[in-house]
Amino acid sequence: MASAETARLLPPHLADLRKEIEGYARGYGLDFFETVFEVVGFDEMNMVAAYGGFPNRYPHWRWGMDYEQLSKGYEYGLSKIYELVINNNPSYAYLLEANMDVDQKLVMAHVFGHVDFFKNNFSFAHTNRKMIDEMANHATRVRRIIDRIGIEPVETFIDRALSLENLIDQHRPHFRNISEREKSDERAAEEKRGIEVRGLKNDREYMNQFINPQAFLDEQRKKLEGERAKSKKFPEKPERDVLLFLLENAPLEQWEADVLSVIREEAYYFAPQGQTKIMNEGWASYWHSKIMTEKALRDSEIIDYADHHSGTMATRPGSLNPYKLGIELWRHIEERWNKGQFGKEWDECDDFRARRAWDKKLGAGRQKIFEVRKHCNDITFIDEFLSPEFAIQQKLFVYNFNEKGARWEIMTREFQAVKNKLLQQLTNFGQPMIEVVDGNFDNRGELLLAHRHDGVDLRPDYAQDTLANLAAMWRRPVALETKGEGKKLLLRFDGKEHSEKKVE
Amino acid sequence: MSPLRIKQDHNRFREIVRGKIKQNLRKYVQKGEMLGKKGKDVITIPVPSIEIPHFQFGSRSRGGVGQGPGEPGDSLGQEEQQGEGAGKAGEGEGQHTLEVDLSLDELAEILGEELALPRIENRGKKNLTTPKVKYSGVHTTGPESLRHFKRTYKQALKRSIANGTYNPQSPLVVPTREDKRYRTWRLDPQPQSAAVVIYMMDVSGSMGDEQKEIVRIESFWIDTWLRANYKGLETRYIIHDAVAREVDRETFFHTRESGGTMISSAYKLCNEIMSADYNVSSWNIYPFHFSDGDNWSADDTHACVKLLREQIVPKANQFAYGQVESPYGSGQFIKDLREAFGKTETVALSEIANKDAIYQSIKDFLGKGV
Repeated sequence: MASAETARLLPPHLADLRKEIEGYARGYGLDFFETVFEVVGFDEMNMVAAYGGFPNRYPHWRWGMDYEQLSKGYEYGLSKIYELVINNNPSYAYLLEANMDVDQKLVMAHVFGHVDFFKNNFSFAHTNRKMIDEMANHATRVRRIIDRIGIEPVETFIDRALSLENLIDQHRPHFRNISEREKSDERAAEEKRGIEVRGLKNDREYMNQFINPQAFLDEQRKKLEGERAKSKKFPEKPERDVLLFLLENAPLEQWEADVLSVIREEAYYFAPQGQTKIMNEGWASYWHSKIMTEKALRDSEIIDYADHHSGTMATRPGSLNPYKLGIELWRHIEERWNKGQFGKEWDECDDFRARRAWDKKLGAGRQKIFEVRKHCNDITFIDEFLSPEFAIQQKLFVYNFNEKGARWEIMTREFQAVKNKLLQQLTNFGQPMIEVVDGNFDNRGELLLAHRHDGVDLRPDYAQDTLANLAAMWRRPVALETKGEGKKLLLRFDGKEHSEKKVE
Repeated sequence: MSPLRIKQDHNRFREIVRGKIKQNLRKYVQKGEMLGKKGKDVITIPVPSIEIPHFQFGSRSRGGVGQGPGEPGDSLGQEEQQGEGAGKAGEGEGQHTLEVDLSLDELAEILGEELALPRIENRGKKNLTTPKVKYSGVHTTGPESLRHFKRTYKQALKRSIANGTYNPQSPLVVPTREDKRYRTWRLDPQPQSAAVVIYMMDVSGSMGDEQKEIVRIESFWIDTWLRANYKGLETRYIIHDAVAREVDRETFFHTRESGGTMISSAYKLCNEIMSADYNVSSWNIYPFHFSDGDNWSADDTHACVKLLREQIVPKANQFAYGQVESPYGSGQFIKDLREAFGKTETVALSEIANKDAIYQSIKDFLGKGV
């Protein structure tokens, strides 16, 4: 979208501010899509936010739920959405009409940070940059289906699909279309090789046609082929993209498949935002802070800026603020690379004082953080850069539920424990790892999923309900292998009743 | 972006929360709340939400990483409860939370969904759809007769100040076509049914203060709700002890009297009012009567039943009797009525044990499809 049109949307004084801030941002080397700012009232803001930032989504009650929460929060002065930005090209961002100029500047700077991140971070490389159009298409598709089938069945189906929406392959860096399925390497190779029929043992060449006549060999070949087909697993390898598996193999109606593919596509579109929450928010905060404090702030605006910035960065005992953790870690990285606190020499130095005074005056910090914003996601970001110094500086701790005292307590501040816990929380981006292992379980056409248990149990009642939703799509019994309190369990739903049995 | 769209989604959500549709989602409705401040009071704002089940981690075994001061073993207080708060009393002492559960709009809406005048019929000539003109806004075009002088003048003044032609010495402002503003209107169709509600209340000595209060609260809510939802509804008020008299609304809700109880007196008066002013063929008639059920004599009760059977019930769309529980009275009256009218569909009887039962009792009277 042309700049001229952008300017048309903004009132003149905001257009001026935008120009100014954009100049600073580009000056620092941020590289972002054309960004369209729209000024909206609070109600419109709540509305757009309820739709996840998109003006046009398919009809569903949960947008209404989000809208109610946002509206009530705003009405009672508890919460207010400052900024909202969409990963799209051009990127769209919304400014709240009633904000002071200092807030608008802060938001603009923050937004440019986000858009730079969207454009450059590898996790977003596969996302559809015309998602606004795509979402609108989805909305139209679903509306047409509703017109044809009726709201009740379609909404019920959407509810079910949403219940499964986290069952995608979170680690896959790009979105797979149904046709792009690749065969596993071994199998493809094996298929090429064909089947070799050896026949009976025979050391006398001339006897061959009597010991292994052609008819016998053919029979053998048939037998072997039959065996291979029987042993052919389905899916061949455990499939993390459960939704894709359903799309390809579940007996769905045409419209159901259509709706499910909409849900899946949107889940893949939003997944990277979940995978880079700490980095992304930290990055945007780092830049709004930099731009505001070094360039854009007027003297009269300092108090308001400080107030709002610190509000965003506030931490509470029982939760981790991604803005705060992110911005501090970015600054930490910048400082370390400025001072040359990395490499073999640094790692091997265990003199506390020497480490403290370490400064090789490299000045490589800025370059480093731009690199990191390209190649990391939250997991690698934390794994690579969360250092013992940082954990102490930021007062990080692990908390847990104390059953005896019936309260949440700080467990430890030990560095490895903190880091492990944090990484564990981020593994598979906070979702349990679940895959399809057998689409023909027990040779009865049942569907078997497996939960790769990493020490944390599933919430049992929700697991049952989710299984029921799955069964409704698979139209045959479904089962999930998991663990509960250390024991292996098989949860099964046969369409009417849930069962649970211990397995070895 | 059309606001309509989110309203549709929102309505759908509200209906699920209220259990109107999609019962299968009912069990996922969570009564969340936000804490807010209103003046000095801390208020809780309920924000119901529906959680779609996923394969997800159980929260208690989870724990996490936090940031801030404190030693190992220190409590994190009440935060981070992740919806486990049920059944645990809060620690925050001395904080009184009020609940602003529903705005009045919402309340009216909900009542509107659950209640209705039963068996309302199209009666009378008032039953017309009258489009009502409502001037609702200002527009830049319109007929000259609807020109909004003040707004037009303001607009012209603004323009002339902005382009510098305004001279305070000779404050002449000439509106151009662009300055002109016109009133615009909307047509509201309003279907109307002619209906009258006749309230009767026992104010005799046997009714204690608490009983009177319950009766007043209940009739007040019925009255308020009916007035809000049925435009053009007529209401009449009768109070009685041993004698009955018609009073105005104000008196009805505020009077204190004491004396014996002759329910028939009220019914007689009610019947007179009905015969005099409300022709059955053109009015929907709803008599409501509240009492503690302690009538003066069996003879009088007999007279009541006779009056009801021969006069009031046949004429009325529904006759409603609410009996409030009283430590003094025998509460015999409702039993007599039940015996006489237990099978009559157009008679609604309800016993009100205490204040909490008021809502249920209102529903007994006005519940849809009763």
